Amino acid sequence: MTVKDFPVKQILVTELLGIQAEYYASITVERDSKEIVLIVSEAGGMDIEDIAEKMPQLIRTFTMYGAGGESSADELSKWLSSSFRDKIIRDQGPAIMWNMHKLFRDKDCSLVEINPLAVTADGLVAADAKIVFDDNGVPGHPELDRFQNPEEFTADELEARRAGLSFVSLTGEIGCMVNGAGLAMATMDCTKLQGGSPANFLDVGGSSNPDKVLNAMRILLKNEQLKAILINIFGGITRCDDVAEGIILAREKLDITLPIVIRLIGTNDRKGRKMLSDAGLTAVENMTDAISKAVNLATGGARR
Amino acid sequence: MSILIDEHTRVIAQGITGRDGSFHARQMLEYGTQVVGGVTPGKGGQTAGTLPVFDTVAEAVNKTGAQCSIIFVPAKFATDAIREAAESGISLIVCITEGIPVLSMVELYHELRRKKVRLIGPNCPGIISPDKCKVGIMPGHIHKPGVVGVISRSGTLTYEVVYGLTEKKMGQSTCIGIGGDPIVGTGYVELLEMFEKDEQTEAIVLIGEIGGAEEEKAASFIKTSVHKKVVAFISGRTAPPEKRMGHAGAIVSGGKGGAESKIRALQQAGVIVVDRPDQIPDAIKV
Repeated sequence: MTVKDFPVKQILVTELLGIQAEYYASITVERDSKEIVLIVSEAGGMDIEDIAEKMPQLIRTFTMYGAGGESSADELSKWLSSSFRDKIIRDQGPAIMWNMHKLFRDKDCSLVEINPLAVTADGLVAADAKIVFDDNGVPGHPELDRFQNPEEFTADELEARRAGLSFVSLTGEIGCMVNGAGLAMATMDCTKLQGGSPANFLDVGGSSNPDKVLNAMRILLKNEQLKAILINIFGGITRCDDVAEGIILAREKLDITLPIVIRLIGTNDRKGRKMLSDAGLTAVENMTDAISKAVNLATGGARR
Repeated sequence: MSILIDEHTRVIAQGITGRDGSFHARQMLEYGTQVVGGVTPGKGGQTAGTLPVFDTVAEAVNKTGAQCSIIFVPAKFATDAIREAAESGISLIVCITEGIPVLSMVELYHELRRKKVRLIGPNCPGIISPDKCKVGIMPGHIHKPGVVGVISRSGTLTYEVVYGLTEKKMGQSTCIGIGGDPIVGTGYVELLEMFEKDEQTEAIVLIGEIGGAEEEKAASFIKTSVHKKVVAFISGRTAPPEKRMGHAGAIVSGGKGGAESKIRALQQAGVIVVDRPDQIPDAIKV
């Protein structure tokens, strides 16, 4: 059995609840206002995105922390009383939502959501819940490690994580290795624009370590769909000679039969390009040229 | 004039004795920035190259008259470092550090607003006013002084754009990397406002990416309040939803933060949005 292409490995069975009404409650950071907000809706049981689209008037928001500082438990209580008529929400809501906020703050969450927050004859029940932890917060909370769910990532993504690389699998055939997240996204976009399709997002990061390039290449090559590899480096902190060393190392250690297009510019680029040409590889200076070349190699290879 | 920093800006580096801090403090000095010292708790009295090291920011400010601090300390200690700078009379803080938890930034953001201290970053390449002052980690030599202001959420993509501008003899007034995190100290709008007022700046390049709605906010500000020419590039059009694309803030989540809505908003505000970074110089000329 699969759900949305994911194999079902476990099934959670819970007792049937006598649900009289369903609320939605979540704590999150509002990126626009940079505030920690509590979102409550009486239209629970469906995704908040759907509520926002279909019944935005049923979404109520309370600032737990913001420009005015910290809100108190008392203020939360008053707000719930003035916003909702249901007695059970006024009575039991404050304690539940205050605890949600405490969990959110204590564990560096990016989302604590109860949906539905069910009204039953026995009181309010969290019938389902979702917690998302902030990746940047996890190192400060080793107790969260056991919640890591490897199924969220592809095997390549997991290996990249272990190697300290930022990697996302895509469905195309041009393997991309880029330094910097913005440039890596732009490289994907421009590849698509020129008729190719990127196989992945890969940011080798700002450090200039030849081993990182070797690891990155190893992960790229695992993808059997690849028809070409595109390396796009704009050296800042990253030094082009280190990248060249990594590429040469990868060619020695790994069995690479695919065409590689290299764009190398920035810090120590002359040295890097010289090293590559001594090793029989060429590097171009211009990003658009490099991308066209990679797209030609990938699509041309398929047609011939 | 440039914005935020110029040849008179006196700069200290927090975390100056670390690997990145010492390297980049030297690079900034060589570029001509008035780097006047550094701070590493417990290492006061030592020197980092030619620069004096202090135990606290307060002492450094007292002895050197620094107004600006660049922060290289690890994520775990970075918010304390920012807070210390803000409490010690520093008015402009540039935080390079990546990996600060979002909630720490939320708290800090509002604290700094109340204190009226400006923070650029975190997780950013910094600021450069070419040939005057560099407070950041960008390669200085690709920049040339001129009339184009650059604001970006990215690092290397900004270098790419700046390189293209310089190659076409279009110098820059100031280039600012605002950072790739979901919560950053200073957004596009405030910087657009500064560039609009700045006499040196004649055109503005805005480099955005997926995630959040800062570009949309910038678009509505441009529509009402920016009369200078603005050219934009948005990266991440091909990014899959619900996946973080390297930057903590670069994620299309719950159908929000996609590139198309940003591009549309900017175009409706009269901004020329280009498909490729190398089209930016021509778009400015038109």
